[in-house]
Amino acid sequence: MKTNKLEIMVCMGTGGIAAGGTEVLSAFESAIKKLKIPAKLKKGCSVHKVGCRGLCARDVLVDIIIKEKKSTYQYIKPDMVQRIVDEHIVGNQPVADWLATEDYHNFHEKQVKVVLSDCGNINPESIDAYFAVNGYEAAKKVLTLMSRQDVIEEIKRSGLRGRGGAGFPTGVKWEICGGVKNAQKYIICNADEGDPGAFMDRAIIEGNPHSVIEGMIIGAYAIGAGKGYVYIRAEYPLAVERLRKALEDAGKKNLLGKKILKTGFSFDIKVKLGAGAFVCGEETALIVSIEGQRGMPRAKPPFPVHSGLWGKPTVINNVETLANIPHIIRKGPDWFASFGTEKSRGTKVFALTGKVKNTGLIEVPMGISLKEIIYDIGGGMDKGRDFKAVQTGGPSGGCITADLLDINVDYESLAKVGSIVGSGGMVVLDDTDCMVSIARFFLEFTQVESCGKCVPCRIGTKRLLEILDRITAGKGKEGDIELLEELGKDIKASSLCGLGQTAPNPVLSTIKYFRPEYEAHIRDMKCPAAVCKELIEFTILEELCKGCGACVRACPANAIKGEKKKPHTLSSELCVKCGSCFDVCKFGAVKKE
Amino acid sequence: MINVTIDGIKTSVHRDTSVLDAAKQCDITIPTLCHHPKLTPYGGCRLCIVEIKGINRPVTACTTPVSEGMEVTTSSPVLEKLRRTTLELILSDHPNDCMVCEKAGDCTLQELAYFYGIKENRFAGERRVYEKRDGNPLIERDMEKCILCNKCVRVCDEVQGVSAIDIAYRGFRSKVCPPYERDLDCEFCGQCIRVCPTGALTGRMWSLKGRQKDIREVDTICPYCGCGCNITLDIRKNEIVRVTSKEDTINEGWLCSKGTFGYKFLNDPARLTKPLIKYKGKFRESTWEEALGLVAKKLLKTKEKHGPDSIAGLASARCTSEENYLFQKFMRAVIKTNNVDHCARL
Amino acid sequence: MAGLAAVFGSGAMTNSIPEIENNDVLFVIGSNTTETHPIIGLRMKKAVRKEAKLIVADPRKIDLVRHSHLWLRQKPGTDVVLLHAIMHVILEQNLIDRVFILSRTEGFETFREGLRKYTPEYAEKITGVPARDIIRAAMLYARAKRPGIYYTMGITQHSHGTDNVYSIANLALMTGNLGMESTGVNPLRGQNNVQGATDMGCIPDQYPGYQRVDLPAIREKFEKAWEVTLSDKDGITATEMTDRCLDGKIKAMYIMGENPALSDPDINHTVKALKKLDFLVVQDIFLTDTAELADVVLPAAAFAEKDGTFTNTERRVQRVRKALDPPGEAKEDSRIIMELSERLGYPMRYNSMEEVFQEVAGLWQAVAGITYGRIEKQGLQWPCPTLEHPGTPYLFKGGFPRHKAAFSMVEYKPSRELPDRQYPFMLSTGRHLFHYHTGTMIRAGDALNSVAAEAYFELNSYDAGKLGVTGGQKVKISSRRGSIKIKAKLSERVEKGRVFIPFHYREAAANILTNTALDPVSKIPELKVCAVKIEKITKRGRPRIK
Repeated sequence: MKTNKLEIMVCMGTGGIAAGGTEVLSAFESAIKKLKIPAKLKKGCSVHKVGCRGLCARDVLVDIIIKEKKSTYQYIKPDMVQRIVDEHIVGNQPVADWLATEDYHNFHEKQVKVVLSDCGNINPESIDAYFAVNGYEAAKKVLTLMSRQDVIEEIKRSGLRGRGGAGFPTGVKWEICGGVKNAQKYIICNADEGDPGAFMDRAIIEGNPHSVIEGMIIGAYAIGAGKGYVYIRAEYPLAVERLRKALEDAGKKNLLGKKILKTGFSFDIKVKLGAGAFVCGEETALIVSIEGQRGMPRAKPPFPVHSGLWGKPTVINNVETLANIPHIIRKGPDWFASFGTEKSRGTKVFALTGKVKNTGLIEVPMGISLKEIIYDIGGGMDKGRDFKAVQTGGPSGGCITADLLDINVDYESLAKVGSIVGSGGMVVLDDTDCMVSIARFFLEFTQVESCGKCVPCRIGTKRLLEILDRITAGKGKEGDIELLEELGKDIKASSLCGLGQTAPNPVLSTIKYFRPEYEAHIRDMKCPAAVCKELIEFTILEELCKGCGACVRACPANAIKGEKKKPHTLSSELCVKCGSCFDVCKFGAVKKE
Repeated sequence: MINVTIDGIKTSVHRDTSVLDAAKQCDITIPTLCHHPKLTPYGGCRLCIVEIKGINRPVTACTTPVSEGMEVTTSSPVLEKLRRTTLELILSDHPNDCMVCEKAGDCTLQELAYFYGIKENRFAGERRVYEKRDGNPLIERDMEKCILCNKCVRVCDEVQGVSAIDIAYRGFRSKVCPPYERDLDCEFCGQCIRVCPTGALTGRMWSLKGRQKDIREVDTICPYCGCGCNITLDIRKNEIVRVTSKEDTINEGWLCSKGTFGYKFLNDPARLTKPLIKYKGKFRESTWEEALGLVAKKLLKTKEKHGPDSIAGLASARCTSEENYLFQKFMRAVIKTNNVDHCARL
Repeated sequence: MAGLAAVFGSGAMTNSIPEIENNDVLFVIGSNTTETHPIIGLRMKKAVRKEAKLIVADPRKIDLVRHSHLWLRQKPGTDVVLLHAIMHVILEQNLIDRVFILSRTEGFETFREGLRKYTPEYAEKITGVPARDIIRAAMLYARAKRPGIYYTMGITQHSHGTDNVYSIANLALMTGNLGMESTGVNPLRGQNNVQGATDMGCIPDQYPGYQRVDLPAIREKFEKAWEVTLSDKDGITATEMTDRCLDGKIKAMYIMGENPALSDPDINHTVKALKKLDFLVVQDIFLTDTAELADVVLPAAAFAEKDGTFTNTERRVQRVRKALDPPGEAKEDSRIIMELSERLGYPMRYNSMEEVFQEVAGLWQAVAGITYGRIEKQGLQWPCPTLEHPGTPYLFKGGFPRHKAAFSMVEYKPSRELPDRQYPFMLSTGRHLFHYHTGTMIRAGDALNSVAAEAYFELNSYDAGKLGVTGGQKVKISSRRGSIKIKAKLSERVEKGRVFIPFHYREAAANILTNTALDPVSKIPELKVCAVKIEKITKRGRPRIK
């Protein structure tokens, strides 16, 4: 690649494509074609797609590398392409207006990219591109030079822990399964990413599918599995397509199938599409789903390593976990262990969203402080508002408040304050976010996604949701908070699987840190963040109103009246609390409380 | 054998025994709604949770196999509180119309609610309401009473091999139903009714015929095929209320559609109640005296006139052995012919 | 049963129902078990769940096929060839049990010669079963540790039914698959107390306990016990009775609880015979088709209205208990017989059914150890010769009653009536799940009946297309003996050229069509194969021939 004179890389993850990546790519292709580059130069010239590089909000992102000098453009539309080609490529003068700004580079600077290192740099649909970044070297090394035990030892020494949420040491899992005597074993890649807002697994598969396949080959070899499955959401069509292409290419190169690379090891991978049930991300539910049954978890033990798919020993690893494997083998466990903290080694990918300036996918070393993530990578709070809390771990997680901003982000530290790393969701909240509503949002999700098998989860979460419903509707009762706590704890203690055992977390954690906010809803009938519709009231501040009439035109309920250029009035009886007046008023004369 | 201690009682049980069964062997009853000894453990009702030393959270006794040296506690304030919450949750989504329920008095949920003394419910809220009822002719499926214990689903799959029903939907809306919520169209073996712990599944035919406390049980044998299933007739006022079967029988408590529902003929108005004598091509009712007298006279006359071998008798595979014995004895010792057979060949 | 008795010296199920789940191979031939014996079907499915291999041999794609590992779809009436070919393979592969053959059988050498020509390829031509499937079946069965064979009327209701049974017996003998737990040959009895009726001597040539009427010593035993002189002449079978009625040899009949006017083959013929009698007395719980023809009808009590025992298909004697009073003046069959006997000058005085059973126990060694007290909770399986004996779950542990079991070479004989140009379809009859026998117990008004209320016949959709018949359309089916009108049910369960009719429905009684050809030994009629034609019913009511 270094020999390339010119390389144009268009971000075409799902985000990039949605922003028009396909059109941008073909615009570049035809513009380059028109250039009539001499044939011998053409060899070193390439225009191709790459996977996601994290900051999807700036899509379409385009990298142009000329003689090893990389320039990144942001917010590119097809009609901007010709000018870039003319000025930058032909004229060698980058279009300064469109180049990514400094904060784009800051966003990347503090990150440490391991699993995402090649996402956004290589063409995910080309196995040769993966070869060019030492792809499949780790698999070759393992199959030809290492014993099964060697591999397990290396992974154990690296300290890698499962990235799906629970954080179980991967090497130990492999060792247990490897020790079970059975002619037939399975390795499953869990790509049933379901947490709202989390998309790291999708990004990895879309951006570098071969790294996951390579991880699976190594894992299969280590435990002695002959067959693998990738259980992936059907709602990820692009990831599925790229994965299938990658599997096909790997098969053609004898990296999958019988006697891989002429060794005695045979292994093949099948893709199994999930039908959109959140609970199928739970490993036992995932297994029965592959078996063709309704996806419902079953009690452990027996653990899948002893009795998993079709009753055979089975290892289930998350996408991100597997994508780490080739790096560990190639660069050594000590290299990997040099990142992170003592108990949480390596890096972790997070989906940073919410009220920060830069939202997107980030990969950071374990142990980084929350502050660094929010203020250095995230660029600080959006619109200059006040930081309120971070919700981590999605519907199974909890929140972390402002006084804990210095906390290290790793498995142990987050657990200590009542949250989790989980699959890596990270939602930043500001003072306009109502914590009761946030808890309600997650409960609504888990309630709908509960498989219905066990009572505490099926009915218990429904009752939690009902109580939250009435609190946010201003119908809360004295004792509701205590009831939420009691029921929440009982659900956690007696539910069957991880879904139910963690479902009350958002409620319990918000009560723990924001109890006064709950009390305000119940006792004062007020929503301090002015989010809960039933509890807010709109009024027009006479002294600020200029009588422009914008609110009158915006109001769907004809609740605002007044003469032109004179202060208007708002009838609270007619008001439907849609907030249109608040949004349109340029003078801040509409008050919401 | 594995040594375990349950509530302080030391015992040794076979490998692969569940904690629930091990406790049962020590005469310790752990409450459960979703467990059935002949079905795979489910772990859905969460009532059989126990504490095991060394495990930091309660586990279900039905799904946990014993291991050497295991120390189990089946009842503690924590466990009882969790069980209570679970029961309250179940009852918060149950019609609680025991006064008109077929299952009252024979309902596991009712029993548990009683023993846990659940009078008030902290969690009263929305209940599932199903407008559409299943239109099949035999099995009443009141899904509002269903507690999703999954026993019916498992018995249909694991024992009957039919899989006519499964759970559909998710979360609070989860519901056991046939594909596409059509009317049940299956073998109607009734196994699902047998395992249902509540009044969700009952026989249409036994509606309002009498509840458990009203009936008298008579153990007998099914009158249909040659399997010889042991059945129990639940009788009230000289009428069969329903047919059940006990679990420790050769048929393991399972029956087929005929065994379960095929008893209506006993009370059919078309049953013969008086001897009939044909007179000028038409039957007329008679007394036993007259009918038996006529039969005796005719048989005697035929025997005298044409010899005993001019008479033949057909016995029945549906009569008792004793009756068949008497029948052939009658033909051989009284009529003095060996012309006796039955339709075993058909 | 006659066939099995001739080979082994006893003609019942060799094993018991609970043993089924421990079979490692199940060979089910000519038995639609899940519909005719649903609870035995459950045990079979349980065995499959416990990883047993299931071989089903049946011309119809019965429900059990769904659970099977291997399905052999033989043409109806070709079982002998199929079984011989399986045995041929076993012999070729040297999977026979030499020790068993030497020590416990006789006639093997002649028999093995006879098998020579029945190669799988030859069998494929006749049975339609691919040779490789025959080989697979043979290997599966012969290599199994605990294989069980199960059959019912699909084997016996043929003009060569006894030959079929011999072949099954031969297969078990040559592989030594007998006399062990979960290993044996098991004819499944179709009605709840067929075993009991047979045990109790309701067969023309044997007294209770399979004791032959033509052996003087035995006759003397019964004469002494019953204090009478007895006839030394064999009686005639039920199917023979019909013919004797017609030729005037039988003048009077006493029928208890049977309905030959619907269950016999060629019922037009049966009805004619019964009508010809001088005197017919029928004792039943309903006014059946047969009772309609009677001169005197006696109202009887049903099973729930009396005490006694039933003996199930696994020889288990179990208690039947009175739960209800009979309706009106209806009486227990036993009481009717006793009262009648008294009138004929032979008083039978029993205070209870237990006394009757005690009398049987005194006359038949195999049940001598059974008392009502012992079977209060759970039944006992005969042989149970002493009061201490635990009963016998499986037979022939130590040997056969007739000392050495005999191999008997039989040759393939085609069914008596095969399809031809005039009657191009092959008809089989049988049961289905929701009905029982002649329908006297599942009544028209029953909810159970409503599940499958209407008579139908199964017709392959290819044939339906050719005939221009659609599902649910009523057509006329005729044989050389009669015709019925019946609705078509398009089904892939039957193969092209074949039709199946459940015989429960009186409004479209299948037995109007069936053939009376009998097996020469067992006298069982050929209900599984006869030739019929199908005609559409046109608007004018005249059938259009196709």
